[in-house]
Amino acid sequence: MTDRTLRGKTAIAGIGETIYYKHGQSPDSEFKLALQAIVKACDDAGISPHEVDGFASYGDDRSDGPRLAAALGIKELKFSNMFWGGGGGGVCGAVGNASAAVATGMADCVIAFRSLAQGQYRRYGRSGAAAAVAGDDAFLFPYGVMSPAQRFAMKITRFMHDHRIKQEALRGIALACYHHAQKNPNAVMRGRELDEAKYDSSRWIIEPFHHLYDCCQENDGSAAVVVVPAERAKDMKNKPAYVMACGQGGDHRSAAPVHNMPNYPSSHFGKLAPRLYAMAKMAPSDMGIVQCYENFTGGVLMSLIEHGMVKPEEANEFLVKDNLIVEGGKMPLNTSGGNLAECYMHGLELVIESVRQIRGTAINQVANNDAAIIMGGPMVTPVSSLILGSEATL
Amino acid sequence: MSDSYLPAGMPAPAPHIDGLSKPYWDGTREGKLRIQKCRGCQSWQWGPEWICHRCHSFDLSWEEIEGKGIIYSYQRPHHPVHSALNGFGPYIAVLVELPAYGIRMVGNLLGDRLQSVPIGAAVEAVFEHHNDVTPPYTLVHWKLT
Repeated sequence: MTDRTLRGKTAIAGIGETIYYKHGQSPDSEFKLALQAIVKACDDAGISPHEVDGFASYGDDRSDGPRLAAALGIKELKFSNMFWGGGGGGVCGAVGNASAAVATGMADCVIAFRSLAQGQYRRYGRSGAAAAVAGDDAFLFPYGVMSPAQRFAMKITRFMHDHRIKQEALRGIALACYHHAQKNPNAVMRGRELDEAKYDSSRWIIEPFHHLYDCCQENDGSAAVVVVPAERAKDMKNKPAYVMACGQGGDHRSAAPVHNMPNYPSSHFGKLAPRLYAMAKMAPSDMGIVQCYENFTGGVLMSLIEHGMVKPEEANEFLVKDNLIVEGGKMPLNTSGGNLAECYMHGLELVIESVRQIRGTAINQVANNDAAIIMGGPMVTPVSSLILGSEATL
Repeated sequence: MSDSYLPAGMPAPAPHIDGLSKPYWDGTREGKLRIQKCRGCQSWQWGPEWICHRCHSFDLSWEEIEGKGIIYSYQRPHHPVHSALNGFGPYIAVLVELPAYGIRMVGNLLGDRLQSVPIGAAVEAVFEHHNDVTPPYTLVHWKLT
Protein backbone atom coordinates (compact mmCIF):
# COMPACT_ATOMS: atom_id res chain seq x y z
CA MET A 1 0.00 0.00 0.00
CA THR A 2 2.78 2.41 0.89
CA ASP A 3 3.68 3.39 -2.66
CA ARG A 4 0.05 3.85 -3.71
CA THR A 5 -0.10 7.50 -2.74
CA LEU A 6 -0.08 10.93 -4.28
CA ARG A 7 1.88 12.30 -1.36
CA GLY A 8 4.57 14.69 -2.56
CA LYS A 9 4.66 13.34 -6.12
CA THR A 10 3.28 16.40 -7.86
CA ALA A 11 3.07 20.11 -7.28
CA ILE A 12 1.12 23.15 -8.37
CA ALA A 13 3.67 25.24 -10.23
CA GLY A 14 1.43 27.93 -11.68
CA ILE A 15 -1.80 29.74 -10.87
CA GLY A 16 -4.01 31.93 -13.01
CA GLU A 17 -7.23 33.84 -12.49
CA THR A 18 -9.24 36.17 -14.65
CA ILE A 19 -10.79 39.32 -13.32
CA TYR A 20 -13.74 38.18 -11.23
CA TYR A 21 -17.13 39.63 -12.14
CA LYS A 22 -20.65 39.67 -10.82
CA HIS A 23 -22.77 37.31 -12.90
CA GLY A 24 -23.56 38.75 -16.27
CA GLN A 25 -20.84 41.38 -16.14
CA SER A 26 -18.02 39.57 -17.89
CA PRO A 27 -17.26 41.23 -21.24
CA ASP A 28 -15.77 37.94 -22.37
CA SER A 29 -17.35 34.59 -23.16
CA GLU A 30 -16.96 31.65 -20.83
CA PHE A 31 -14.56 29.83 -23.14
CA LYS A 32 -12.41 32.95 -23.57
CA LEU A 33 -12.28 33.31 -19.78
CA ALA A 34 -11.00 29.73 -19.55
CA LEU A 35 -8.28 30.47 -22.08
CA GLN A 36 -7.28 33.63 -20.22
CA ALA A 37 -6.91 31.81 -16.90
CA ILE A 38 -4.94 28.96 -18.47
CA VAL A 39 -2.55 31.31 -20.29
CA LYS A 40 -2.02 33.26 -17.05
CA ALA A 41 -1.36 30.07 -15.08
CA CYS A 42 1.22 28.96 -17.66
CA ASP A 43 2.86 32.38 -17.55
CA ASP A 44 2.99 32.19 -13.75
CA ALA A 45 4.63 28.77 -14.05
CA GLY A 46 7.09 30.10 -16.62
CA ILE A 47 6.01 27.67 -19.33
CA SER A 48 4.39 27.94 -22.73
CA PRO A 49 0.81 26.69 -23.03
CA HIS A 50 2.25 24.42 -25.74
CA GLU A 51 3.80 22.36 -22.93
CA VAL A 52 0.42 21.53 -21.44
CA ASP A 53 -0.73 18.00 -22.25
CA GLY A 54 -3.84 17.53 -20.14
CA PHE A 55 -6.94 19.13 -18.66
CA ALA A 56 -9.03 18.25 -15.63
CA SER A 57 -12.21 19.97 -14.58
CA TYR A 58 -15.47 19.45 -12.70
CA GLY A 59 -19.00 20.76 -12.31
CA ASP A 60 -19.85 19.82 -15.91
CA ASP A 61 -17.57 22.56 -17.18
CA ARG A 62 -18.55 23.52 -20.70
CA SER A 63 -14.99 24.38 -21.80
CA ASP A 64 -14.00 20.89 -22.80
CA GLY A 65 -10.44 19.65 -22.93
CA PRO A 66 -10.25 18.81 -26.64
CA ARG A 67 -11.48 22.27 -27.65
CA LEU A 68 -9.00 23.88 -25.26
CA ALA A 69 -6.23 21.73 -26.68
CA ALA A 70 -7.09 22.79 -30.21
CA ALA A 71 -7.41 26.45 -29.31
CA LEU A 72 -4.09 26.48 -27.47
CA GLY A 73 -2.23 24.44 -30.08
CA ILE A 74 -1.45 21.61 -27.66
CA LYS A 75 0.83 19.23 -29.50
CA GLU A 76 -0.37 16.03 -27.88
CA LEU A 77 -3.35 15.74 -25.53
CA LYS A 78 -2.67 12.95 -23.03
CA PHE A 79 -5.32 13.51 -20.36
CA SER A 80 -8.84 14.95 -20.68
CA ASN A 81 -10.88 14.42 -17.56
CA MET A 82 -14.18 15.43 -15.99
CA PHE A 83 -15.10 14.84 -12.33
CA TRP A 84 -18.74 13.74 -12.04
CA GLY A 85 -21.23 15.82 -10.09
CA GLY A 86 -22.58 19.32 -10.16
CA GLY A 87 -21.48 22.21 -8.05
CA GLY A 88 -18.02 22.52 -6.61
CA GLY A 89 -17.72 19.05 -5.12
CA GLY A 90 -15.04 18.28 -7.68
CA VAL A 91 -12.79 21.26 -7.16
CA CYS A 92 -10.16 19.40 -5.16
CA GLY A 93 -10.87 16.22 -7.08
CA ALA A 94 -9.93 17.91 -10.35
CA VAL A 95 -6.57 18.89 -8.88
CA GLY A 96 -6.25 15.36 -7.52
CA ASN A 97 -7.12 13.82 -10.87
CA ALA A 98 -4.59 16.05 -12.61
CA SER A 99 -2.03 14.99 -10.02
CA ALA A 100 -2.89 11.33 -10.46
CA ALA A 101 -2.31 11.63 -14.20
CA VAL A 102 1.03 13.32 -13.65
CA ALA A 103 2.13 11.01 -10.83
CA THR A 104 1.44 7.91 -12.89
CA GLY A 105 3.06 9.17 -16.05
CA MET A 106 -0.13 9.40 -18.09
CA ALA A 107 0.62 13.07 -18.65
CA ASP A 108 3.36 15.53 -17.75
CA CYS A 109 1.75 18.94 -17.36
CA VAL A 110 -1.95 19.08 -16.59
CA ILE A 111 -4.20 22.09 -16.11
CA ALA A 112 -6.96 21.83 -13.51
CA PHE A 113 -9.42 24.61 -14.17
CA ARG A 114 -12.96 25.94 -13.92
CA SER A 115 -14.67 28.45 -16.18
CA LEU A 116 -18.05 29.85 -15.36
CA ALA A 117 -20.07 32.63 -16.92
CA GLN A 118 -23.44 32.54 -15.21
CA GLY A 119 -24.40 35.58 -17.21
CA GLN A 120 -23.83 33.79 -20.50
CA TYR A 121 -25.52 30.65 -19.26
CA ARG A 122 -28.11 29.90 -16.56
CA ARG A 123 -27.69 31.20 -13.02
CA TYR A 124 -27.39 28.57 -10.31
CA GLY A 125 -29.74 30.45 -8.01
CA ARG A 126 -32.67 30.50 -10.42
CA SER A 127 -34.76 27.56 -11.43
CA GLY A 128 -35.25 26.84 -15.10
CA ALA A 129 -38.58 27.55 -16.72
CA ALA A 130 -39.45 23.97 -17.66
CA ALA A 131 -43.16 23.19 -17.30
CA ALA A 132 -42.44 19.68 -16.05
CA VAL A 133 -39.52 17.99 -14.36
CA ALA A 134 -38.75 14.29 -14.52
CA GLY A 135 -36.78 11.89 -12.40
CA ASP A 136 -35.62 12.75 -8.90
CA ASP A 137 -36.35 16.44 -9.39
CA ALA A 138 -40.03 15.53 -9.75
CA PHE A 139 -40.06 14.71 -6.03
CA LEU A 140 -38.61 18.14 -5.15
CA PHE A 141 -39.32 20.92 -7.66
CA PRO A 142 -43.14 20.90 -7.46
CA TYR A 143 -42.77 21.50 -3.70
CA GLY A 144 -40.50 24.50 -4.22
CA VAL A 145 -37.27 22.65 -3.42
CA MET A 146 -35.28 23.72 -6.45
CA SER A 147 -32.23 25.89 -5.95
CA PRO A 148 -28.98 24.66 -4.40
CA ALA A 149 -29.82 26.58 -1.21
CA GLN A 150 -33.16 24.80 -0.99
CA ARG A 151 -31.67 21.40 -1.74
CA PHE A 152 -29.24 21.72 1.16
CA ALA A 153 -31.14 23.81 3.71
CA MET A 154 -32.77 20.87 5.46
CA LYS A 155 -29.40 19.19 6.02
CA ILE A 156 -28.21 22.32 7.76
CA THR A 157 -31.43 22.70 9.75
CA ARG A 158 -31.10 19.16 11.08
CA PHE A 159 -27.37 19.44 11.83
CA MET A 160 -27.84 22.69 13.75
CA HIS A 161 -30.78 21.11 15.59
CA ASP A 162 -28.85 17.96 16.52
CA HIS A 163 -25.81 19.84 17.80
CA ARG A 164 -27.58 22.92 19.18
CA ILE A 165 -25.50 25.24 17.04
CA LYS A 166 -26.69 28.82 16.79
CA GLN A 167 -27.01 31.24 13.91
CA GLU A 168 -24.12 33.27 15.34
CA ALA A 169 -21.66 30.50 14.41
CA LEU A 170 -22.66 30.95 10.76
CA ARG A 171 -22.40 34.71 11.14
CA GLY A 172 -18.79 34.36 12.31
CA ILE A 173 -17.93 32.47 9.11
CA ALA A 174 -19.56 35.09 6.89
CA LEU A 175 -17.91 37.99 8.71
CA ALA A 176 -14.44 36.45 8.34
CA CYS A 177 -14.85 35.89 4.59
CA TYR A 178 -16.08 39.43 4.00
CA HIS A 179 -13.32 40.78 6.24
CA HIS A 180 -10.60 39.10 4.18
CA ALA A 181 -12.10 40.31 0.91
CA GLN A 182 -11.72 43.96 1.86
CA LYS A 183 -7.96 44.00 1.12
CA ASN A 184 -8.20 41.78 -1.99
CA PRO A 185 -8.30 43.86 -5.19
CA ASN A 186 -9.84 40.95 -7.17
CA ALA A 187 -12.61 40.34 -4.61
CA VAL A 188 -16.03 41.17 -5.99
CA MET A 189 -17.21 42.17 -2.50
CA ARG A 190 -14.26 44.47 -1.81
CA GLY A 191 -15.63 47.74 -0.50
CA ARG A 192 -18.76 46.06 0.84
CA GLU A 193 -17.92 45.45 4.45
CA LEU A 194 -20.11 43.25 6.58
CA ASP A 195 -20.75 43.67 10.28
CA GLU A 196 -22.98 41.91 12.77
CA ALA A 197 -25.84 44.38 12.44
CA LYS A 198 -25.83 44.22 8.66
CA TYR A 199 -25.78 40.42 8.76
CA ASP A 200 -28.54 40.19 11.37
CA SER A 201 -30.82 42.58 9.51
CA SER A 202 -30.24 41.05 6.08
CA ARG A 203 -33.21 39.37 4.46
CA TRP A 204 -34.01 35.72 4.78
CA ILE A 205 -33.25 33.58 1.79
CA ILE A 206 -34.45 30.52 3.71
CA GLU A 207 -35.47 30.20 7.35
CA PRO A 208 -33.92 29.02 9.56
CA PHE A 209 -30.21 29.82 9.15
CA HIS A 210 -29.89 31.23 5.59
CA HIS A 211 -29.63 35.00 5.68
CA LEU A 212 -28.53 36.70 2.47
CA TYR A 213 -24.92 36.71 3.66
CA ASP A 214 -24.89 32.98 4.33
CA CYS A 215 -25.16 32.35 0.61
CA CYS A 216 -22.43 32.44 -2.00
CA GLN A 217 -22.35 34.89 -4.85
CA GLU A 218 -23.08 34.13 -8.48
CA ASN A 219 -20.17 35.17 -10.67
CA ASP A 220 -18.39 35.07 -13.99
CA GLY A 221 -14.72 34.17 -14.21
CA SER A 222 -12.17 31.44 -14.62
CA ALA A 223 -9.28 30.01 -12.64
CA ALA A 224 -6.59 27.47 -13.45
CA VAL A 225 -3.60 25.75 -11.90
CA VAL A 226 -0.66 23.96 -13.51
CA VAL A 227 0.20 20.53 -12.08
CA VAL A 228 3.64 19.06 -12.83
CA PRO A 229 5.88 16.35 -11.33
CA ALA A 230 7.40 17.39 -7.99
CA GLU A 231 10.97 17.03 -9.22
CA ARG A 232 10.28 19.39 -12.10
CA ALA A 233 8.51 21.93 -9.88
CA LYS A 234 11.61 22.37 -7.73
CA ASP A 235 13.41 24.05 -10.63
CA MET A 236 10.58 26.24 -11.86
CA LYS A 237 9.87 29.93 -11.43
CA ASN A 238 7.82 29.86 -8.22
CA LYS A 239 7.99 28.02 -4.92
CA PRO A 240 6.09 24.74 -5.40
CA ALA A 241 2.93 23.87 -3.54
CA TYR A 242 3.18 20.09 -3.26
CA VAL A 243 0.07 17.97 -3.48
CA MET A 244 0.23 16.00 -0.24
CA ALA A 245 -3.15 14.30 -0.44
CA CYS A 246 -6.47 14.31 -2.21
CA GLY A 247 -9.65 12.64 -1.08
CA GLN A 248 -12.84 12.41 -3.06
CA GLY A 249 -16.13 10.57 -2.96
CA GLY A 250 -19.12 10.20 -0.70
CA ASP A 251 -20.46 8.40 2.33
CA HIS A 252 -22.57 5.24 2.11
CA ARG A 253 -25.33 6.05 -0.43
CA SER A 254 -24.81 9.78 -0.09
CA ALA A 255 -26.52 10.15 -3.46
CA ALA A 256 -29.60 8.17 -2.38
CA PRO A 257 -32.60 9.79 -4.09
CA VAL A 258 -35.11 12.14 -2.48
CA HIS A 259 -32.99 13.01 0.57
CA ASN A 260 -32.66 9.37 1.67
CA MET A 261 -28.92 9.26 2.29
CA PRO A 262 -28.42 7.43 5.61
CA ASN A 263 -26.19 10.16 7.05
CA TYR A 264 -28.40 13.08 6.11
CA PRO A 265 -27.19 16.00 8.25
CA SER A 266 -23.69 15.96 6.81
CA SER A 267 -21.38 17.68 4.37
CA HIS A 268 -20.32 14.15 3.28
CA PHE A 269 -16.68 14.45 4.34
CA GLY A 270 -16.93 12.07 7.29
CA LYS A 271 -15.34 9.05 5.60
CA LEU A 272 -13.10 11.06 3.32
CA ALA A 273 -11.27 13.16 5.92
CA PRO A 274 -9.46 10.28 7.66
CA ARG A 275 -8.24 9.01 4.26
CA LEU A 276 -7.04 12.48 3.40
CA TYR A 277 -5.03 12.95 6.58
CA ALA A 278 -3.64 9.43 6.36
CA MET A 279 -2.32 10.03 2.84
CA ALA A 280 -0.79 13.36 3.82
CA LYS A 281 0.60 11.87 7.06
CA MET A 282 -0.64 15.00 8.74
CA ALA A 283 -3.29 15.99 11.28
CA PRO A 284 -5.88 18.78 11.45
CA SER A 285 -3.61 20.65 13.86
CA ASP A 286 -0.91 20.86 11.14
CA MET A 287 -3.09 22.98 8.88
CA GLY A 288 -2.09 26.61 9.16
CA ILE A 289 -4.03 27.48 6.02
CA VAL A 290 -7.73 26.61 6.06
CA GLN A 291 -9.90 27.13 3.00
CA CYS A 292 -13.45 25.86 2.97
CA TYR A 293 -15.89 26.08 0.10
CA GLU A 294 -18.85 28.20 1.01
CA ASN A 295 -21.90 27.41 -1.00
CA PHE A 296 -23.64 28.19 2.27
CA THR A 297 -22.14 28.92 5.67
CA GLY A 298 -23.86 25.86 7.11
CA GLY A 299 -21.83 23.75 4.71
CA VAL A 300 -18.65 25.35 6.01
CA LEU A 301 -19.70 24.56 9.57
CA MET A 302 -20.24 20.88 8.78
CA SER A 303 -17.05 20.66 6.70
CA LEU A 304 -14.88 22.09 9.45
CA ILE A 305 -16.38 19.66 11.94
CA GLU A 306 -16.11 16.63 9.67
CA HIS A 307 -12.47 17.48 8.90
CA GLY A 308 -11.71 17.64 12.61
CA MET A 309 -10.93 21.35 12.60
CA VAL A 310 -13.68 22.20 15.11
CA LYS A 311 -15.59 20.04 17.59
CA PRO A 312 -19.36 20.33 17.32
CA GLU A 313 -19.73 21.14 21.01
CA GLU A 314 -17.24 23.98 20.63
CA ALA A 315 -18.68 25.45 17.44
CA ASN A 316 -20.77 28.17 19.08
CA GLU A 317 -17.83 29.40 21.11
CA PHE A 318 -15.11 29.02 18.48
CA LEU A 319 -16.76 30.22 15.26
CA VAL A 320 -16.53 33.93 15.91
CA LYS A 321 -14.89 36.47 13.62
CA ASP A 322 -11.90 37.10 15.89
CA ASN A 323 -10.86 33.44 15.70
CA LEU A 324 -11.25 33.24 11.93
CA ILE A 325 -9.37 36.30 10.66
CA VAL A 326 -5.74 36.57 9.77
CA GLU A 327 -5.03 39.29 12.33
CA GLY A 328 -4.51 37.22 15.47
CA GLY A 329 -7.12 34.56 14.71
CA LYS A 330 -6.59 30.99 15.91
CA MET A 331 -7.78 29.55 12.57
CA PRO A 332 -7.76 32.10 9.74
CA LEU A 333 -10.43 30.97 7.27
CA ASN A 334 -10.85 31.76 3.57
CA THR A 335 -8.15 34.39 3.57
CA SER A 336 -8.95 35.81 0.12
CA GLY A 337 -12.69 36.09 0.78
CA GLY A 338 -13.74 32.76 -0.68
CA ASN A 339 -16.92 32.02 -2.55
CA LEU A 340 -18.84 34.43 -0.34
CA ALA A 341 -16.82 37.55 -0.88
CA GLU A 342 -14.00 37.02 -3.40
CA CYS A 343 -15.71 35.09 -6.19
CA TYR A 344 -17.85 32.01 -6.57
CA MET A 345 -15.23 30.40 -8.79
CA HIS A 346 -16.56 27.02 -7.68
CA GLY A 347 -13.83 26.89 -5.05
CA LEU A 348 -10.82 26.96 -7.35
CA GLU A 349 -10.04 30.43 -5.97
CA LEU A 350 -9.52 28.66 -2.62
CA VAL A 351 -6.89 26.36 -4.16
CA ILE A 352 -5.15 29.34 -5.73
CA GLU A 353 -5.22 31.26 -2.44
CA SER A 354 -3.67 28.24 -0.72
CA VAL A 355 -0.81 28.28 -3.24
CA ARG A 356 -0.23 32.00 -2.63
CA GLN A 357 -0.21 31.35 1.13
CA ILE A 358 2.39 28.58 0.76
CA ARG A 359 4.50 30.84 -1.46
CA GLY A 360 4.18 33.63 1.11
CA THR A 361 2.65 36.03 -1.39
CA ALA A 362 -0.94 36.26 -0.11
CA ILE A 363 -2.51 39.60 0.65
CA ASN A 364 -3.74 38.34 4.00
CA GLN A 365 -0.67 36.23 4.68
CA VAL A 366 -0.78 33.74 7.55
CA ALA A 367 2.37 33.07 9.56
CA ASN A 368 2.08 29.27 9.76
CA ASN A 369 2.05 28.65 6.01
CA ASP A 370 3.54 25.21 5.45
CA ALA A 371 0.33 23.22 5.06
CA ALA A 372 -3.05 24.02 3.57
CA ILE A 373 -6.32 22.16 3.64
CA ILE A 374 -9.00 22.88 1.06
CA MET A 375 -12.48 21.38 1.44
CA GLY A 376 -14.59 21.40 -1.71
CA GLY A 377 -18.32 21.51 -2.26
CA PRO A 378 -19.89 20.45 1.04
CA MET A 379 -23.27 18.66 0.94
CA VAL A 380 -23.15 17.76 -2.75
CA THR A 381 -21.92 14.33 -3.67
CA PRO A 382 -19.25 13.46 -4.52
CA VAL A 383 -17.15 15.96 -2.57
CA SER A 384 -13.39 16.34 -2.48
CA SER A 385 -10.61 17.73 -0.33
CA LEU A 386 -6.97 18.54 -0.82
CA ILE A 387 -3.89 19.04 1.33
CA LEU A 388 -1.06 21.11 -0.13
CA GLY A 389 2.30 21.64 1.50
CA SER A 390 5.59 23.45 1.24
CA GLU A 391 8.88 21.58 0.84
CA ALA A 392 9.10 21.45 4.64
CA THR A 393 6.13 19.08 4.76
CA LEU A 394 7.57 16.50 2.36
CA MET B 1 -55.97 24.81 -9.58
CA SER B 2 -56.91 27.50 -7.07
CA ASP B 3 -56.57 25.66 -3.77
CA SER B 4 -53.11 24.21 -4.24
CA TYR B 5 -50.50 24.99 -1.58
CA LEU B 6 -48.11 26.64 -4.03
CA PRO B 7 -49.21 28.92 -6.88
CA ALA B 8 -50.13 27.74 -10.35
CA GLY B 9 -47.21 27.58 -12.73
CA MET B 10 -44.88 25.54 -10.57
CA PRO B 11 -43.10 22.74 -12.45
CA ALA B 12 -45.26 19.64 -12.74
CA PRO B 13 -43.82 16.25 -11.81
CA ALA B 14 -43.18 13.74 -14.57
CA PRO B 15 -42.04 10.14 -14.12
CA HIS B 16 -38.48 9.22 -14.92
CA ILE B 17 -38.03 9.07 -18.70
CA ASP B 18 -37.16 5.38 -18.38
CA GLY B 19 -40.39 4.71 -16.45
CA LEU B 20 -38.73 4.00 -13.11
CA SER B 21 -41.04 6.12 -10.93
CA LYS B 22 -44.26 5.73 -12.94
CA PRO B 23 -45.93 3.40 -10.39
CA TYR B 24 -45.47 6.04 -7.68
CA TRP B 25 -47.09 8.81 -9.70
CA ASP B 26 -49.86 6.49 -10.90
CA GLY B 27 -50.50 5.64 -7.23
CA THR B 28 -50.83 9.25 -6.13
CA ARG B 29 -53.58 9.74 -8.72
CA GLU B 30 -55.53 7.08 -6.84
CA GLY B 31 -54.77 8.64 -3.46
CA LYS B 32 -52.32 5.87 -2.62
CA LEU B 33 -48.72 6.16 -1.48
CA ARG B 34 -46.66 3.40 -3.07
CA ILE B 35 -42.95 2.74 -2.70
CA GLN B 36 -40.67 -0.09 -3.69
CA LYS B 37 -40.37 -3.31 -1.72
CA CYS B 38 -37.76 -5.90 -2.55
CA ARG B 39 -39.15 -9.37 -3.18
CA GLY B 40 -35.69 -10.75 -2.51
CA CYS B 41 -35.05 -9.46 1.01
CA GLN B 42 -38.43 -7.86 1.84
CA SER B 43 -36.87 -4.46 2.59
CA TRP B 44 -38.40 -1.14 1.62
CA GLN B 45 -36.62 1.25 -0.72
CA TRP B 46 -37.12 4.92 -1.47
CA GLY B 47 -36.45 6.81 -3.77
CA PRO B 48 -36.96 4.44 -6.61
CA GLU B 49 -34.14 2.51 -8.21
CA TRP B 50 -33.94 -0.47 -10.55
CA ILE B 51 -32.10 -2.65 -8.06
CA CYS B 52 -32.30 -3.35 -4.33
CA HIS B 53 -29.24 -1.74 -2.78
CA ARG B 54 -29.19 -4.39 -0.02
CA CYS B 55 -29.48 -7.75 -1.82
CA HIS B 56 -29.11 -6.66 -5.48
CA SER B 57 -32.35 -8.27 -6.55
CA PHE B 58 -33.98 -6.70 -9.57
CA ASP B 59 -37.34 -8.04 -8.43
CA LEU B 60 -38.90 -5.00 -6.79
CA SER B 61 -42.64 -4.59 -6.24
CA TRP B 62 -44.60 -1.42 -5.54
CA GLU B 63 -46.56 -1.63 -2.29
CA GLU B 64 -48.95 0.79 -0.68
CA ILE B 65 -47.72 2.27 2.57
CA GLU B 66 -49.34 4.23 5.36
CA GLY B 67 -48.72 7.95 4.99
CA LYS B 68 -47.71 8.63 8.58
CA GLY B 69 -44.42 10.08 9.67
CA ILE B 70 -42.58 12.64 11.73
CA ILE B 71 -40.92 15.87 10.70
CA TYR B 72 -37.20 15.18 10.40
CA SER B 73 -36.19 18.59 9.07
CA TYR B 74 -37.71 21.60 7.35
CA GLN B 75 -37.12 24.88 5.60
CA ARG B 76 -39.09 28.04 4.96
CA PRO B 77 -37.83 29.56 1.69
CA HIS B 78 -38.45 33.28 1.31
CA HIS B 79 -36.52 34.14 -1.83
CA PRO B 80 -38.50 33.20 -4.95
CA VAL B 81 -36.32 31.14 -7.27
CA HIS B 82 -39.05 30.40 -9.80
CA SER B 83 -41.25 32.89 -11.61
CA ALA B 84 -44.40 31.23 -10.25
CA LEU B 85 -43.27 32.15 -6.74
CA ASN B 86 -42.74 35.86 -7.38
CA GLY B 87 -44.70 37.83 -4.79
CA PHE B 88 -46.00 34.67 -3.12
CA GLY B 89 -43.98 34.90 0.07
CA PRO B 90 -42.52 32.24 2.32
CA TYR B 91 -43.68 28.63 2.30
CA ILE B 92 -42.69 25.47 4.15
CA ALA B 93 -41.03 22.34 2.83
CA VAL B 94 -40.59 19.40 5.17
CA LEU B 95 -38.51 16.26 5.15
CA VAL B 96 -40.69 13.58 6.67
CA GLU B 97 -39.33 10.39 8.15
CA LEU B 98 -41.56 7.31 7.89
CA PRO B 99 -40.10 5.10 10.62
CA ALA B 100 -42.22 2.08 9.71
CA TYR B 101 -40.43 1.87 6.38
CA GLY B 102 -37.06 3.47 7.13
CA ILE B 103 -37.46 6.12 4.44
CA ARG B 104 -37.92 9.88 4.06
CA MET B 105 -40.17 11.92 1.79
CA VAL B 106 -40.21 15.60 0.81
CA GLY B 107 -43.37 17.70 0.60
CA ASN B 108 -44.97 20.90 1.80
CA LEU B 109 -46.43 21.35 5.28
CA LEU B 110 -50.04 22.44 4.88
CA GLY B 111 -51.53 25.22 6.98
CA ASP B 112 -50.21 28.62 7.99
CA ARG B 113 -47.11 29.28 5.94
CA LEU B 114 -45.64 31.23 8.86
CA GLN B 115 -46.31 28.57 11.52
CA SER B 116 -43.45 27.31 13.60
CA VAL B 117 -42.33 23.86 12.52
CA PRO B 118 -41.54 21.41 15.31
CA ILE B 119 -38.92 18.81 14.39
CA GLY B 120 -40.23 15.46 15.63
CA ALA B 121 -43.93 16.32 15.25
CA ALA B 122 -46.27 13.71 13.80
CA VAL B 123 -47.67 14.33 10.31
CA GLU B 124 -49.83 12.52 7.81
CA ALA B 125 -49.93 12.57 4.03
CA VAL B 126 -52.49 14.66 2.13
CA PHE B 127 -53.04 14.24 -1.61
CA GLU B 128 -53.33 17.41 -3.69
CA HIS B 129 -54.87 16.63 -7.06
CA HIS B 130 -54.08 18.82 -10.04
CA ASN B 131 -56.86 17.70 -12.37
CA ASP B 132 -57.14 20.65 -14.71
CA VAL B 133 -53.70 20.35 -16.27
CA THR B 134 -52.52 18.05 -19.02
CA PRO B 135 -51.44 15.53 -18.03
CA PRO B 136 -53.06 15.68 -14.57
CA TYR B 137 -50.94 14.83 -11.56
CA THR B 138 -51.13 14.56 -7.77
CA LEU B 139 -48.70 15.91 -5.19
CA VAL B 140 -48.27 14.52 -1.69
CA HIS B 141 -48.21 17.06 1.13
CA TRP B 142 -48.13 16.68 4.91
CA LYS B 143 -50.19 18.08 7.76
CA LEU B 144 -49.68 18.00 11.51
CA THR B 145 -51.80 15.42 13.31
